[in-house]
Amino acid sequence: MGYGLRGGPRFALDKEEVDLKNYDYNLIRRLVREYVRPYVKHILIAIFLMVFISLMGLLGPYLIKVAIDTYIPKGDLNGIALISIFYLLSNMAIWVASYWETYNISWTSQNVIFELRQRLFEHLQRLSLGFYDRTESGRIMSRVTNDINALSEVAGPGMVRIIGDFFTIFTTAAIMLTMNTKLAFISFTTIPFIIILMTSFRTRIRKAYHTVRRKVADVNANLQESISGVRVVQTFSREQTNLQKFDSTNMENFQANMQAAGLHALFMPLVQFVGSLGTALVLWYGGLLVIDSEISLGVVIAFISYIQRFFSPIANLSEIYNMIQAALVSTERVFSILDTEPEVKDIEGAIELPPIQGRVDFENVVFGYDPQNPVIHGISFHAESGEMIALVGATGSGKTTTINLLARFYEAQEGRITIDGIDIMTVTLSSLRRQLGIVLQDNFIFSGTVKENIKYGRPDASDDQVIAAAKAVNAHDFIVRLPEGYDTQVQERGSRLSVGQRQLVSFARAILTDPRILILDEATSSVDAYTEMIIQQALERLLKGRTSIVIAHRLSTILKADKILVIDKGKIIEEGTHDELLALSGKYKELYEAQFR
Amino acid sequence: MKTLKKLLKFVAPYWFLILVVIVIMLMVTGINLLVPRITKIIIDDVIPSGARSDLILMALAVLGLAAISGGLTFLQRYTMEYVAQKTIYLIRNSLYDALQRLPFSFYDSAQTGELMSRVTGDVERLRRFFGFGIMRLITSIVTFLGVLVLMLNMHWKLTLLSFVVTPFMLYVILQFSRKVRPAYFEVQQQLANLTAVLQENLTGIRVVQSFVQEEKEIEKFKLENEAYLKRNITAIRLNAFYSPLLNFLIGSGVVVILWYGSREVVANRLTVGELVAFNSYLMMLLTPLRFLSNIINMYQQAIACGDRIFEILERPSEITNASDAIEIEKANGYVRFEDVWFSYDKENFVLKGLNINAEPGEKIAILGATGSGKSSVINLIPRFYDPMKGRITLDGMDLKKIDLTSLRRNIGMVSQDIFLFSTTIRENIAYGRQNATFEEIVNASKAARAHDFIMALPKGYDTLIGERGVGLSGGQRQRIAIARALLMDPTILILDESTSSVDVETERQIQEALEILMEGRTSFIIAQRLSTVRNADKILVLADGTIAEQGTHTSLLEQDGVYKEIYESQFRLQEMALEINGEGRDV
Repeated sequence: MGYGLRGGPRFALDKEEVDLKNYDYNLIRRLVREYVRPYVKHILIAIFLMVFISLMGLLGPYLIKVAIDTYIPKGDLNGIALISIFYLLSNMAIWVASYWETYNISWTSQNVIFELRQRLFEHLQRLSLGFYDRTESGRIMSRVTNDINALSEVAGPGMVRIIGDFFTIFTTAAIMLTMNTKLAFISFTTIPFIIILMTSFRTRIRKAYHTVRRKVADVNANLQESISGVRVVQTFSREQTNLQKFDSTNMENFQANMQAAGLHALFMPLVQFVGSLGTALVLWYGGLLVIDSEISLGVVIAFISYIQRFFSPIANLSEIYNMIQAALVSTERVFSILDTEPEVKDIEGAIELPPIQGRVDFENVVFGYDPQNPVIHGISFHAESGEMIALVGATGSGKTTTINLLARFYEAQEGRITIDGIDIMTVTLSSLRRQLGIVLQDNFIFSGTVKENIKYGRPDASDDQVIAAAKAVNAHDFIVRLPEGYDTQVQERGSRLSVGQRQLVSFARAILTDPRILILDEATSSVDAYTEMIIQQALERLLKGRTSIVIAHRLSTILKADKILVIDKGKIIEEGTHDELLALSGKYKELYEAQFR
Repeated sequence: MKTLKKLLKFVAPYWFLILVVIVIMLMVTGINLLVPRITKIIIDDVIPSGARSDLILMALAVLGLAAISGGLTFLQRYTMEYVAQKTIYLIRNSLYDALQRLPFSFYDSAQTGELMSRVTGDVERLRRFFGFGIMRLITSIVTFLGVLVLMLNMHWKLTLLSFVVTPFMLYVILQFSRKVRPAYFEVQQQLANLTAVLQENLTGIRVVQSFVQEEKEIEKFKLENEAYLKRNITAIRLNAFYSPLLNFLIGSGVVVILWYGSREVVANRLTVGELVAFNSYLMMLLTPLRFLSNIINMYQQAIACGDRIFEILERPSEITNASDAIEIEKANGYVRFEDVWFSYDKENFVLKGLNINAEPGEKIAILGATGSGKSSVINLIPRFYDPMKGRITLDGMDLKKIDLTSLRRNIGMVSQDIFLFSTTIRENIAYGRQNATFEEIVNASKAARAHDFIMALPKGYDTLIGERGVGLSGGQRQRIAIARALLMDPTILILDESTSSVDVETERQIQEALEILMEGRTSFIIAQRLSTVRNADKILVLADGTIAEQGTHTSLLEQDGVYKEIYESQFRLQEMALEINGEGRDV
């Protein structure tokens, strides 16, 4: 058994302070290359439509200028009507194009995040137990839901809007230049201010969002634990203290949010102010030019419109920029999980483990959760097919670790473990685990029906097989007494079943897969004497004819074992049958007597 | 409306700040309205007259107004965000508080993931409504009215004409909210489903990997993920249709003004400057209308989220303090069940008229088949549930008359499912008594036989343990749980099948620890060891919600009933072991 935190540093999920520079480009490139690429067609259509919309938008002020400068002075009512119709048509075109643009791009972004979420989930399935030992599930949850949703904006609409906005900015600038160069340059003098603003806020806003997301994760983690541990909370009347703790986490979250909100609230008005500066310049200088008869009144009016159209995408860009900042933070967090390599995975050229007899050999196996600190110091033993091996020893001696190694939840650092003479490192994980039956200490039951739970390891089993399995482990009787028998919903974590019932269901689940090798981790107890009796019978049938490695703590089990291994401090110190070991008068006798004295 | 009212109650304490925000907004709107006016003056008066000095004055005025408006906008945004963040901070706290107090019966059928999504997702949407929605709503109304007055003043006919588009807009907005609302509601619903699946998968990952069911789990998740994608796209599609439609209608309004306004200019009833200003005003008039659909959307989401939140906040806790509840100090430990009937679902009774009499300091062992009602008996004592009929008394006082906290402080529980918190060992042990000194904690750990292994950990008592105490073995967790109970120094002790799932050596230590723990306390034990039943002052054998047999070990053996049967099959072996060993008959 590992102690406490199993050495090693906590997983990088807590290490949120990443280098903030030079990350954006790489992250975006990666997102695009790995996830957005299949949708290039949709994106191109969206960009095309976006450009079209922005051109149509620019047409408006020009039409008004023509009306004011050409038709109104002439009193040409037909011309005015014509202009109006053009204006209406351009608006209609914008409507239709906007619909298609939004639909296309949102469709794309939703598909991208669907894919990302799916891959993240798939990756989580492959990550080794070591990862889950170190990472609270609340934190993982927040990545799969909140973070991925946060980046839905950047993965599509954000990117296209940026392109559209840039296009609008450049076209507007071009139109302004053609209309009147002097007035255009006067308007452009505001651009440096915008650039200064954006660069100075950039890092700060990014950092603020980083903090916000971290604090949100803290809130989630606290919450998650409080909800799943609520029974203990109430037992110990801890409601008040917990509330205080939650309150301080919640408060930090509030403060982080306010920090970000403050920057945000400051940034937008500043951008708008620079926009007004442009308008004021145009009014002043344009007015002068009109007085000097250099330009017409219509030009000034059109310029005022254009300068608004010039600044609103800039303001948008900064808004989108903030959004992207937030999304990039999320992207980093999502990729950091995707980049976590499973510690245990199939080696290259791994073979399928052929159907096994069930011979197990440990050959001088050394292992430590933290490689510097081995908890298993060279364990060797042999189990013949059909034999039952009982592991006995004090808590922390390495029993659980031993069986975890056999199932390859962790991998040995030295030595090897073979089944029927085949090194388990050379076979695929799935072919190995499929042939093992594993009953863990924590009889985790899934929400769903009793039947679904029994069929968990063999989804194609027939009802008869399920019932036979349940009967074999004495579970049938209690199951048929449930309100809806095998179809009874057991609720989250099987909370409608008692511990004993959950254990029987997990036995049935294991026996249904008919494994050649059965691994049993202290799962045969924590029930009352009556249930215990039922379970013992069940256990006997479960173990019959299979190679079994059992962490035993019960006399009846130990007595039946073909071989008992006494483990102490990661080593096998005694080995033999019950009688042989008693005759040794060693550690086993000591342990044995201790319990019944 | 009801939900909104309740939501607004959370914001009520900030009425002054909200008032400030509204005043600022009025000012900002006023300033923004002034700008087109200045533009008009420049076009109609200043430029034709050729007054260069006036021109620069006017331009400076535009700039000055922008500066003031910018400053005010900052203040307004910041304040509003403050109110919104503070409000949801409060809501989150209330939710947390409520969740902690909800009875066990609530959690029997609740899903953690789903509850989480209420406290995180729903609350977040409320923030958007408070911070953005309400602010927008007020700005919109104010701007709309202000612009209307200005326009009517300028040219009432043109104003009325530009109103032609508003009925269409209102219609579209109505349609929008009618169709888009349910679509987004379904998106939310589906997100909750997705979260629940995820949550379960993550907690059960060991089993998933043991049974090599990764592929199946991925399929399961994919179904939910796809449904989520589909619902999102449906919602987005509706949104993509209606939003640009509103823009189109606004544009149509501009066309009306352009066309009719230009004719008026030709007819000399309107100046060019006025036409330009009118156009700006129309935008200001219609844009808020456009946001209306956003606001309606946000409002509807907020109401939906509010409903889900209030469902928790207002859920009547079946287990509450009576108004005349009495706070008790240290109880004597005299516990009586008087004709207690109990059912989880109000239909199938688990306990049927149970009578138990436990004297202070007595050890009561409870035996019985799975489902015979053992767990229910011990869950009723700390009032995790209340009986349907009959009553339970402590020192002669009905439990329902005793202040809940003071009752539970008198009860120590070591349950079958040991839950440790991801914090230090020290804090876990002091969980029920935070003011305990370090010395007391160490003493409790020593008594619980936990001290030695704790000291062997890297940071001793300050060692952090992972979520659900993953880093500790079952036996270690149990001893911490015992130390935790011991530190509370309870009058009544409840042990639920807790003395196992450990190896023999640890078992012995735990036995010792439990002996110490039980000493002098009224103890209820769901028993499984011979030593426990033999030491018990009274053994209750439950069958089908009633007491089938009761008595001491010896008297029950004589009865030749259920107890004897259990004993023969179960305890016999343990006894044999003792005999083989030839020692220690006196357990």
